[in-house]
Amino acid sequence: MDIPYTVEIRRDTGLTNGKIGIWLFLASEVMLFGALFASYILIRTGAPSWPRGDTMLDVPLATLNTIVLISSSVTMVMAWASLMRGRFGTFRIYMGGTILLGFVFLIVKYFEYSAHFHEGALPHTNNFLAIYYTLTGLHGLHVFGGMVVNAYFWGPGAKLWKTNPTWFTNRVEHSGLFWHFVDLVWIFLFPTLYLL
Amino acid sequence: MSDSGTVVTHPSHGAHEVHHEELGFWRKYVFSTDHKVIGIQYAVTGLLFLLFGFSLMMLMRWNLAYPGAALPWLGAILGEARMPGGTMLPEFYNELGAMHGTIMVFLGVVPLAVGGFGNFVLPLQIGAPDMAFPKINMLSYWCLFLGGITMLASFVIPAGGAAQSGWTSYVPLSDIAGAGQTWWLVGMVFLITSSLLGALNFITTTIQLRAKGLTFLRFPFFVWAQFVTAFLLLLAFPPLEGAAVMQLMDRVAGTSFFLPSGLVVSGQPLTNAGGGNPLLWQHLFWFLAHPEVYVLILPGMGIVAEIIANNTRKPLWGYRSMVYSLIFLGFMSFIVWAHHMFMTGMGTAMAAFFQTTTMIISIPSVVILTALIISLWGGSIRFNTPMLFALAFLPMFGIGGLTGLPLGLNITDIPLHDTYYVIAHFHYVVAPGTIFALLAGVYYWYPKATGRMMNETLGKIHFAGSLVCMNIIFMPMFIVGMAGVSRRLADGGASYDFAQPVLHWNVVSSWGAWTLALFQLPFIFNFFWSIWKGEKVGDNPWQATTIEWSAPSPPPHGNFIGAPAAYRGPYEYSVPGAPKDFWPQYEA
Amino acid sequence: MSDHATTSMTGGDHAVDIDKHVRIYITVFVALMVLTIVTVAVSRFHLPVPIAVTVALIVAIIKGSLVACYFMHLISEKKLIYAVLAVTAFFFVALMVLPVVTVHDGFWIH
Repeated sequence: MDIPYTVEIRRDTGLTNGKIGIWLFLASEVMLFGALFASYILIRTGAPSWPRGDTMLDVPLATLNTIVLISSSVTMVMAWASLMRGRFGTFRIYMGGTILLGFVFLIVKYFEYSAHFHEGALPHTNNFLAIYYTLTGLHGLHVFGGMVVNAYFWGPGAKLWKTNPTWFTNRVEHSGLFWHFVDLVWIFLFPTLYLL
Repeated sequence: MSDSGTVVTHPSHGAHEVHHEELGFWRKYVFSTDHKVIGIQYAVTGLLFLLFGFSLMMLMRWNLAYPGAALPWLGAILGEARMPGGTMLPEFYNELGAMHGTIMVFLGVVPLAVGGFGNFVLPLQIGAPDMAFPKINMLSYWCLFLGGITMLASFVIPAGGAAQSGWTSYVPLSDIAGAGQTWWLVGMVFLITSSLLGALNFITTTIQLRAKGLTFLRFPFFVWAQFVTAFLLLLAFPPLEGAAVMQLMDRVAGTSFFLPSGLVVSGQPLTNAGGGNPLLWQHLFWFLAHPEVYVLILPGMGIVAEIIANNTRKPLWGYRSMVYSLIFLGFMSFIVWAHHMFMTGMGTAMAAFFQTTTMIISIPSVVILTALIISLWGGSIRFNTPMLFALAFLPMFGIGGLTGLPLGLNITDIPLHDTYYVIAHFHYVVAPGTIFALLAGVYYWYPKATGRMMNETLGKIHFAGSLVCMNIIFMPMFIVGMAGVSRRLADGGASYDFAQPVLHWNVVSSWGAWTLALFQLPFIFNFFWSIWKGEKVGDNPWQATTIEWSAPSPPPHGNFIGAPAAYRGPYEYSVPGAPKDFWPQYEA
Repeated sequence: MSDHATTSMTGGDHAVDIDKHVRIYITVFVALMVLTIVTVAVSRFHLPVPIAVTVALIVAIIKGSLVACYFMHLISEKKLIYAVLAVTAFFFVALMVLPVVTVHDGFWIH
């Protein structure tokens, strides 16, 4: 059966179901990463000493990754804007770019982790590394998840454009909100772990 | 071509339904996206786990009543690892205890109260055709199912059995515990995911899919209760998920999030890096677990409110105060959690802070309970089974709530913390509190779900026996607790001199528990028998005013024939001058 | 059948507004790049930890706000969404502050 307000907005709230749903989900994600940040604060303030980020981690590589992720946020919002302008081809290019940049991010992280493992800097070595791996690991999983959803909308899911372009545009927008959130978390993660 | 979703279900809905292809058995009854099927799946799962969790406790109560006494026949079944020669090992007692708590809270009450009643009743009560996200709804049930399987499986894994570190999984014990604890953590991740998905569905559905004319202050109180509960689940669960990930890291990756430096286990110093903080786990756990107790009670309050209005033939007294109290309570529930941690060495400033917020939060609870009690005044009370359970809820929740006050005040908490007093307090709220409300709900909405009534005589026997037994079990625990007996002792305090004068109460509680089990038999029989033999009824056997009673019993896929609308408040009973003693919300 | 999203159905912007939005996206992107360089550059001064934390947090909040307001369109969102996020923000702050303050108010347990 048709669920109302899946595609068109409900007048008194001005929103579609999906828009509310994704923001509620993001609210829960704020609390999830919040718990890990709170843990970071508690562990660090209780530690007799705490290494400065740049003494343990590769700042230039992470700065590159920051640029990569922010750029992917731009391509993501441009992908949605292309759909709003009715340009499906351009959407494909921008969405493809977003997924590609996501790949680059994960590959850089792979190299980062490998280098650490190689020199014996593992999660159990000390609490700095423990929280580093946990925070970036969970974030990385979210990057991967977002890429899977984006790939679906780039590929098999794109046929919805032909039958219900409004719904498709909305779903890409919602996926974009998740992607921007993942970028937002990194904006806080990067200075916290690498620069302080 | 794309019809972009017309706003409401249209009168030709029956015809519309027919030309969808007929769903096979699996899509219709197992992997269904219909909220009613999912609701029943949740409810049956919840009821089964309540029974299982209760069985674990009945086993524990043997050792509490007769410490060290053998049960050879049980020992033969459960094996030498747990009951050598039929005598319960303390480790097994701990397994039973940790899993009893976990299962009752996360696999019993919440799935029944929120997943079961929320899913089945909420869309019907707001006049919606289904939940906003039917596929996510189905996914949330199967996440619960996987979580349940994981928890059950942990009992039979070879290395050391299920989790044994309390439902609270305090560190460092849980960090170094056997493999069952890892299964517990993975199970919790599934259960938390299930709740998060459900919560966002409930909130979106309530806001967006309510019928025309159904403004927020015309919602049945049950809808408000589920709405606030959903916010608690959405925002309080994620930190526990984060904590579970960290405990998994400690156990599997060797990190020391929660392991302090210099820890020595069985004479051997741990080789972990150390530098962790056990209190971190407690803060993250209770950040969830305090709002969780409101998740446990609010749906029950919602159910009781519906049943009281219906069976007094009067509007609820103080509806607005109840709603505002509910919202305030939900909000406050996030900033009281460390009253579970008064004994962890916090300073007086923070103890005073949490004591203050805890005292403040008691106010909305009292407002809601008082309003429900005053709602009885001047009513034409019908003493059917749902109403009996709803009425009993009031004093039982009252006892539970009042006995919480000394625990919330940090001075009086000192002697009472972690004693049987605490167990008595929270069981009063959840057992003859919430569970009575849930049972009331089963009797009340059973005819909507099945088209048949449950048997009244069996219901009254179930009620009377349960009420008496609940009090026999839990009232003595206040005495035992005030005498200083700690919780989680496998022998119920038998090895302590100071406990000797109160030990006989353990026997009383145990016999109360075993008798309570007997009184559930009429309910279990009634539940199944009535599906085939119960008195057949129409849409509105209770002469109720809320929208779910305008749908057929049971409702078809899509729920309503024609789009319902709300024309007035939810409890227009005994309106002066009206032709009948109730004026339904949905009647033009 | 139109081959682009009908704007009234999303309650969103008209095609003309999209052009304006795209210009904003590019501006925000540049700002984010600049702020990234700023935050890395400042970190090289190895300021005392409390000051370093404050500066880094301020920069991160500015960057985060830009992403939230413009990429996530929060600046023109509906009241309901603001309400949900406000409540979330309050509890987020409680989670950041209360545990560490509580632990520090008592004995420090290593």
